[in-house]
Amino acid sequence: MSGTCETAAAAPLVDYALRLADTALILGHRLSEWIGHAPVLEEELALGNIALDLIGEARALYSYAGEVEGKGHDEDALAYRRDAGQFRNLLLVEQPNGDFAQTIVRQVLYSAFAQPFWRALARSPDATLAAIAAKAEKEAAYHLRHAGEWLIRLGDGTEESHRRAQAALDELWPYAGELFERDAVEDALVAAGIAVDPAALRPEWEKNVADLLAEATLRPPASSWMQSGGRRGRHSEHLGHLLATMQFLQRSYPGASW
Amino acid sequence: MSGAGLRERALAAAARVSDPEIPVLTIGDLGVLRDVRVAGDIVEIDITPTYSGCPAMRVIEQDLAAALRAAGIEKLRIATVLSPAWTTDWLSAEGRRKLAEYGIAPPAGSAARRALFGSDAVRCPRCGSAQTERLAEFGSTACKALYRCRACAEPFDYFKCH
Repeated sequence: MSGTCETAAAAPLVDYALRLADTALILGHRLSEWIGHAPVLEEELALGNIALDLIGEARALYSYAGEVEGKGHDEDALAYRRDAGQFRNLLLVEQPNGDFAQTIVRQVLYSAFAQPFWRALARSPDATLAAIAAKAEKEAAYHLRHAGEWLIRLGDGTEESHRRAQAALDELWPYAGELFERDAVEDALVAAGIAVDPAALRPEWEKNVADLLAEATLRPPASSWMQSGGRRGRHSEHLGHLLATMQFLQRSYPGASW
Repeated sequence: MSGAGLRERALAAAARVSDPEIPVLTIGDLGVLRDVRVAGDIVEIDITPTYSGCPAMRVIEQDLAAALRAAGIEKLRIATVLSPAWTTDWLSAEGRRKLAEYGIAPPAGSAARRALFGSDAVRCPRCGSAQTERLAEFGSTACKALYRCRACAEPFDYFKCH
């Protein structure tokens, strides 16, 4: 295989699987950046475990995307040999870890979506997507419970933890809109029942997030302006830096194994 | 050897392979071993991961191949199947007993009954007390949480419902 990996993603199913895989991988990588830096040992283990779940989901989805695409791309080719413009992840998950509050808010916003999303996708007639989703849904439930409990603790904690949690929420809120976007890639798949209509998950997400914020004594941001573009390959500058680290080995030594 | 004899021998060897992270359990106890078939003179084995990111899967494949070779079976195909997705409901009664004996509390109840918040009611595997508290949602491996018994004060691992 050549050093670069072109994924025109002609088939909507390939593109769909790649979007899900990229989001899981990038968030998993971000969480893995905490290893060696987490505030306490238990949290070190928790963030590492959540990262492992997400990277595992990504691996299964990449393998499936490569199989459907039929051009001989395996999971490593798709994860390590595509550039930022070819990544289809949500902008939310590529945002830097920031302080612990920012990591937790990002995780709450994503997991509150991921759990109902995977639950719905587990009913897909596409057996592979359904099987990946059935497992991911249970994992997302633990991720949400963990991040949700932290959000309550931070928001309803000290003056400083409250201030930081609110700042993180204000910062990341505009990235939540992309969770519910839908475009031509998904339209046919949704019509066939294979993909999930994300807009249908919005009421549940809004209720769960609102309940959590209320318990955490945090104020939902008033702004309704939302960022967009990640799912079409238009990213913030942060993704390039993340990929430079994540892909370094395979870029320097293509096909390296040990 | 007949297909049925070969399958029986392969199944016995495969079911004895232990989980690398919880060596007291076999992959048969865990429900990770899904199927053993014979196609011609080739043994085909299906395994399924417990968690999406379970790092033990590759080791299990290697251990399976070694166990089958030791049983004189060389022609082998191991496949990872995702559907149906593994659940702790597949953990055998024998597996649950071995876990508790080993000091790991087995999953409490069914995977289907899982609360979004709050923690599962877990009994201490050492003294049996129900007065336990969760220390950390995530433990030494993806499938475990860390608990502490308030009666005997010992910390212990809990195999989470999944």
